[in-house]
Amino acid sequence: MADQILLGTRKGTLILDRKGGRWTPRAIAHPGVSISYAASDPRDGTMWVAMDHAHWGPKLSRSKDEGRTWENLTQIAYPKGARFVEQHLPTPDENPAADRPTTYKQAALLKVWVLGFAGPDQPGTIHAGTLPGGLFTSDDGGDHWELNRSLWNHESRGGDLSAGEATSRNQWGGTPAAIAYGEFVPGIHSIIVDPRDSKHIIIGVSSAGVMETRDGGRTWSGCNRGMLNDYLPNPEAEWGHDPHFVTHCPAAPDRLWQQNHCGVFTSDDGARSWKRVSRPELGVHFGFPIVGDDHDPLTAWVVPAKADDERMSVDGGLFVARTRDGGSSWETFREGLPQQHAYDVVYRHALDARGDRVCFGSTTGNVYVSEDRGETWRCVGNHFPPVHSVRFA
Amino acid sequence: MPHVTLTRHLQRFFPTLVAGDVPGATVREVIDELERRHPGLASYIVNETGGLRRHVNVFVGDEPLRDREHLSDALADHDKIFILQALSGG
Repeated sequence: MADQILLGTRKGTLILDRKGGRWTPRAIAHPGVSISYAASDPRDGTMWVAMDHAHWGPKLSRSKDEGRTWENLTQIAYPKGARFVEQHLPTPDENPAADRPTTYKQAALLKVWVLGFAGPDQPGTIHAGTLPGGLFTSDDGGDHWELNRSLWNHESRGGDLSAGEATSRNQWGGTPAAIAYGEFVPGIHSIIVDPRDSKHIIIGVSSAGVMETRDGGRTWSGCNRGMLNDYLPNPEAEWGHDPHFVTHCPAAPDRLWQQNHCGVFTSDDGARSWKRVSRPELGVHFGFPIVGDDHDPLTAWVVPAKADDERMSVDGGLFVARTRDGGSSWETFREGLPQQHAYDVVYRHALDARGDRVCFGSTTGNVYVSEDRGETWRCVGNHFPPVHSVRFA
Repeated sequence: MPHVTLTRHLQRFFPTLVAGDVPGATVREVIDELERRHPGLASYIVNETGGLRRHVNVFVGDEPLRDREHLSDALADHDKIFILQALSGG
């Protein structure tokens, strides 16, 4: 059972230790620095933190002594010539539909959004999903990072733009999560490495959809069959989807879960097809995070939010929903969670489960833990900084 | 030789960083020399395209840097350079 939780918060990294039945936070690490993601590498216990310095740019930090000391690493950098098709955010003076020539921009790292660890068959291999939409891989434990060129040059992004003009239509939209950086660019927020074969990787892209490689990143293809897109004229369009988070059941990796802008989706065939399993009448539809059970492919949890036009807890009451039958039905649990004047939203990386334990943290700085598979909850603290990520170590 | 003053906040990451004379005919050359003296420092001031980070300001005397993209502003021998956090970033 996991006895440590890593929190990536707006103001630093918090490690919670479970001692004597209580979860106790240590002194904050990286104080004052916004942390977009914090997680522990299950292969060797190295703790990884993606720092999002407001002034000094995104940087990685790691600890090889369970969080006692931290080492700042060389920055992930986009190589010269890594260009992308510029997109335009709709603003009062910017009409996104206006006819304008295609323009290109040299990529610079805006944010490390998520980290994904390969399995024991690829020791030292770590992946990083970033804004503006590049996937980076390190094969030496994080000392050096390389942009995955075949994904960057994929036909869904216009092809190889280092050589000149786009040769295909760019299908990757911008993510609202990029607007804080003054740009409207895509981002990779989900990285799933198949425990049976680390060359099989599935990623979630905002806003494009789900993609996979089966050859270690040499070739990529879209995996969006069955996805529904309520904000496009053609809801079954191949691209333009907005997965908020994509994950799987580690013991049955062909079972995938996706909390999407347009509902909760699941796949039981390794992302070859998706099925919407929302239950709007129960409030289970919109939200950001989703987590699957370690062992049971039919069990998953979500923390729903009130539709995209509000993005806060439903009717002022916070609840967690769980399915135990692959999404056919959902139970909702409220015991131990605030039911009045709760305006918390739980970000895409801020829910995790390990064994019987489930934990989530909110933008309002509240962190809750369940030790009975999400049925009852206990507050660990109400005054943390806004929580960006929650991961059991 | 130009004289460079840096925000004390950078000392958190580079404890030996102090104000001092740094040779360079342009701001770019000064940043390159600072990087040589303190490996990794440049990535806090500029991004991988070489452009000044959005929420970092560089002043030459009282004047803000003109060329934020290439840092080509020319320097005179006794110019004073300030590398600071922009208010916009926090």
